[in-house]
Amino acid sequence: MNGADFVTFSLTPLLIGSLAALACALPGNFLVLRRQALVGDAISHVVLPGIVLAFLVTGTISTWPMLLGSAASAVMAVVLIEAIRRFGRIEPGAAMGVVFTAMFAAGVLVLEKSDTSGVHLDVEHALFGNLESLIWLDATGWTSLVDPVALAGLPPELFRIGLVTVVIGLCLAAFWRPLAISTFDEGFARTLGLPVRAIGLGIVIASALAAVAAFDAVGSIIVIAMFICPPAAARLMTNRLGAQVAWSAAFALIAATLGFTLSASGPAWFGSENAVSAAGMVGTVAGMILACAALFGPART
Amino acid sequence: MLRDALTFQLGYNATLVTVAAVLLGIAAGVTGTFLFLRKRALVSDAIAHATLPGIGLAFIALTLSGHDGRYLPGLLAGSAITAMSGLFAVQWLSSRTRLSEDAAIGAVLSAYFSLGIVLLTIIQTMSTGQQAGLEGFLLGSTAGMLLSDAILIALGGLLVVALVFLFRRPMSLVSFDPGFASTSGVRLDRIDLTMMGLVLGVTVVGLKVVGLILIVALLIIPPVTARLWTNRVELVVILAGAFGGIAAWLGAGLSASAPDLPTGPLIVLVSFCAFAVSMAFAPRRGLLSSFVRHRRFQTGVHLRQGLLALAQGQPIYEPLTIRLLKARGLARADGVPTRKGTIRAARAFRDEKRWEVARATPELELAAARYDGLTQIEDVLTADQIVEIDRRIGPPEAVP
Repeated sequence: MNGADFVTFSLTPLLIGSLAALACALPGNFLVLRRQALVGDAISHVVLPGIVLAFLVTGTISTWPMLLGSAASAVMAVVLIEAIRRFGRIEPGAAMGVVFTAMFAAGVLVLEKSDTSGVHLDVEHALFGNLESLIWLDATGWTSLVDPVALAGLPPELFRIGLVTVVIGLCLAAFWRPLAISTFDEGFARTLGLPVRAIGLGIVIASALAAVAAFDAVGSIIVIAMFICPPAAARLMTNRLGAQVAWSAAFALIAATLGFTLSASGPAWFGSENAVSAAGMVGTVAGMILACAALFGPART
Repeated sequence: MLRDALTFQLGYNATLVTVAAVLLGIAAGVTGTFLFLRKRALVSDAIAHATLPGIGLAFIALTLSGHDGRYLPGLLAGSAITAMSGLFAVQWLSSRTRLSEDAAIGAVLSAYFSLGIVLLTIIQTMSTGQQAGLEGFLLGSTAGMLLSDAILIALGGLLVVALVFLFRRPMSLVSFDPGFASTSGVRLDRIDLTMMGLVLGVTVVGLKVVGLILIVALLIIPPVTARLWTNRVELVVILAGAFGGIAAWLGAGLSASAPDLPTGPLIVLVSFCAFAVSMAFAPRRGLLSSFVRHRRFQTGVHLRQGLLALAQGQPIYEPLTIRLLKARGLARADGVPTRKGTIRAARAFRDEKRWEVARATPELELAAARYDGLTQIEDVLTADQIVEIDRRIGPPEAVP
């Protein structure tokens, strides 16, 4: 593959995939440490009805309605889960299972019944994304990176995921100490006067943000691999939170680049013309990294 | 149209689908109950997603060996194998590494699903011309179901129900009190494995009808719905089976009554409607009964405290208290007691005083623990005991 083809067909999916993996892995660390990994599962499912609803109201797939719709459905899910848990006295796992499956089913049903042929949204796309389609058609080669006309043609998903990654990274840096304290010792954090509940909600919101931004690239189920596999693997490598976050970021980037490369060029080694699903490959590589860490990680027990 | 579908008048195919779906719904409901009571409901999510690579691998193996890749028993056997490996991966990760079970579930679910998607795209490129249709296993597709498929699904459902019936005692024991179960000689790991095996069976059987993403809903929602209505385990199991079966029947009927309605999501949504109604109206755990109970308690506390205030000639500022006293003709709007109010207030005050003595008497400790500010002391102590307490309180004083 020459430089021009690389810039056109591979550069933007690679960047979007890497940023998505990074944006999910950062909050994922705290989800794993707080034993809330399945909150990531639930959020990534309920993002779908939010996006479908936003599409039905506005008729387009654009950033702000999507974010608002998903935020609304994430909040609704949290309220429903809490209500079922408290009034119905049902254990949290089952309460979560009731809410996210029902909301996901509603999203799928509406998606099947509404006419989305004009836009980039269908059931399969919602389930496992379409990383390969996020190409940069205006690019003619490496020089396009400094060409304002070509840069204007970059896929909008790139800016969306870029912005979200930066915001999540900045929040992580700004609230590092309270996050760490409330994650490891909630009682101590409360005696220090830290707003423990607000911190917990903040992590959920950051995860919802990451899930929405990563939705285009990897859909609503493979995104769970990005939330959980790199942080879980990092957890098996070290006992220190800072090192764990760094490991998880590294694993996320490796999974994204290796996965994308394998999906694009792997089949060619077997003489096949067609590529396999890039998002699926990224998730598979993330799972393999976790398997290696579980077998050989220095802090695995 | 819907009535035709529900009464099996819609033709051969729709009838097959509906019968198979109902048996599946019953099997999922009864199996899910034990999983839910054991507080491991979401393990089924990992099992369900781990079926996808098995379907893909089985399809590839069948096609390469010259068979029809869509042969359902073959695909289901393949899915069972990877689902089992996914289940063991969850167990291994949560017992042998420091990862908690929820992280293990999430990791296994997503990694297996990703691998499955990769295999599906490989199949798309290899089956040139022939439509594999494996995407139908994601959300369920009942169109074009064969008689043999329906019989397979129905028999699978029946088998699961029979096995649940066989293992109901050890499974309920383990779900309620694992510690007691293991000391009374039940092999915990074996029963857990049986339970998971049954869940795996339901998942595999349900792939065709509901799809692997939503089958977990059938295992969770009907048991949770049933749990809202009763505390007795056998009733929860029966109700969960009934809710699951009815949801599957209605969902499959709705889906057959109009084109392009996916069966899986409809069954899940019907199931959720039953849950929502139960959440609103179930006794004890429902929202309505919680609200009524709360109001009754609130009224009792306000009346009691209002009467005590009247008895001691204290002014009442609380608007709700005054409103409640007025509505019962115990006080006027300005907080002055009526004749009936004065009598009730004196009675409440004497009751409070008797409780005070009872709580200070060591012999009455057990009974006195039932003091909550609402219970009448006559409901707790015998007449002789109250006479003895009254003797210690002394004669009535004039109300100031």
